[in-house]
Amino acid sequence: MYALEDGHKKTIIAWHESTGDHAMKGYTAALPSGEAIHYIDRKRWFWLLSVFYPLQPFLGIWLHAETGNQAWLLFPLFTGYVVAPILDMILGEDKNNPPEEVVPQLDADFYYRLLTYAVVPLHFVTLIGAAWWAGTQDLSWWAFLGLAVVAGIASGLGINTGHELGHKKSRLERWLAKIVLAVPVYGHFWIEHNRGHHRDVSTPEDPASARMGESIYRFAIREIPGAFLRAWAIEKERLERRGKSAWSTDNQILQSMSLSAVVQLGLLIAFGWKMIPFLVVHNIFGWWQLTSANYIEHYGLLRLKDENGKFERCQPHHSWNSNHIFSNLVLFHLERHSDHHAHPLRRYQSLRHFEDLPSLPNGYFGSYLLAYVPWLWYWVMDKKLLALPHVNGDLDKINIDPRRKEMIYRKYGSPELSGPAGQQ
Amino acid sequence: MTDFKCPECGYVFSEDAGDEHEGYPPGTSFQSLPDDYVCPDCSVRYKEDFEQI
Ligand SMILES: [Zn+2]
Repeated sequence: MYALEDGHKKTIIAWHESTGDHAMKGYTAALPSGEAIHYIDRKRWFWLLSVFYPLQPFLGIWLHAETGNQAWLLFPLFTGYVVAPILDMILGEDKNNPPEEVVPQLDADFYYRLLTYAVVPLHFVTLIGAAWWAGTQDLSWWAFLGLAVVAGIASGLGINTGHELGHKKSRLERWLAKIVLAVPVYGHFWIEHNRGHHRDVSTPEDPASARMGESIYRFAIREIPGAFLRAWAIEKERLERRGKSAWSTDNQILQSMSLSAVVQLGLLIAFGWKMIPFLVVHNIFGWWQLTSANYIEHYGLLRLKDENGKFERCQPHHSWNSNHIFSNLVLFHLERHSDHHAHPLRRYQSLRHFEDLPSLPNGYFGSYLLAYVPWLWYWVMDKKLLALPHVNGDLDKINIDPRRKEMIYRKYGSPELSGPAGQQ
Repeated sequence: MTDFKCPECGYVFSEDAGDEHEGYPPGTSFQSLPDDYVCPDCSVRYKEDFEQI
């Protein structure tokens, strides 16, 4: 970011250079010094990528239809796991922040909200379109399953859409969150994430925060049921306070799940028994996207307990962050996760970068690939974890898997790496 | 009757109004909320963080 002096008016332009483009909407505000600033959000139109990225299964279907080669159905795997990590590597990080003075205007700009609304129906269209192709074309088993995986990954992005919407206070956005979460059959996420994960994040009590030494596969077994049970308990408690049964129509988990049942039964009726394996694979891969994100977002990070025995309030250094521009633009800034957890209601267009944050080596898609190979993940991340300024080699400041504790203390508990507490 | 505000997200717990969605009827005192109460909108501020307004 740099500033251009323009008389007594200062123009701040984020990301890339000034073009004098009059089509770009700008915001004007006054700095505390009284000086006027004009801000142009260079990412404004690029956020459309987050709207269209989940439509990728149609790219594969179109290429299959054009060429007759079923392998094209798997093309979105190539864009997701090869193209995206390479683009993140090449385009690199974006550390620009909007000046705090214009954030109220940026938040109020309806355009940004509209994008998150617009993507909701597209998630339904993608699932139905992929199911239609799988149900009506004569596909080999591998192409059929591949299409289910690709559709599941797209619906996993629906959890990201539901995430952005569900953090807001408006009834409309909360309802849209519950609706879009019906696509991957993850209706409990809205409660689980907002009321459970955000409260317990980066503590041993959180099933959605990964521990040092815990592989993503073991994490999945703890996270997927743990998250559901926590959400159910929270919702049950709320309904009990209202004198209602957990099975009442007021149960917000069941509201979303009922819509899932309508959609998936509808597909079964429309396209027959083939939809059973298709939807099972689709749903599992949708959930797996969230598991992957949760795994990398808080790996090993720990909030310490304060003098009252309560966990310290969530700080930016309690989340792994990524500023990689490409994958942030396709995920509504989800990867600016440190600011998100410190300030959960901040809108995606206003999330900030901070210096000295725990930083992932690539965007989410590249980091997922690392996580899928546990020894490689430990090799890259354990060093980074120990080197964080607030950890400084002290194993007592890390959320460690109890099963691996002894091994990790033996390996890293040397006096050079760890404080007195680390020596056993 | 008093109002208490979450310093992070601005959520207000009004003792007069309670919070129907959360199951706290009108007239619920802030004091009577559970010890592990967290802000229902942001979940990152505890009961003791709320400010009387
Ligand atoms: Zn709050």
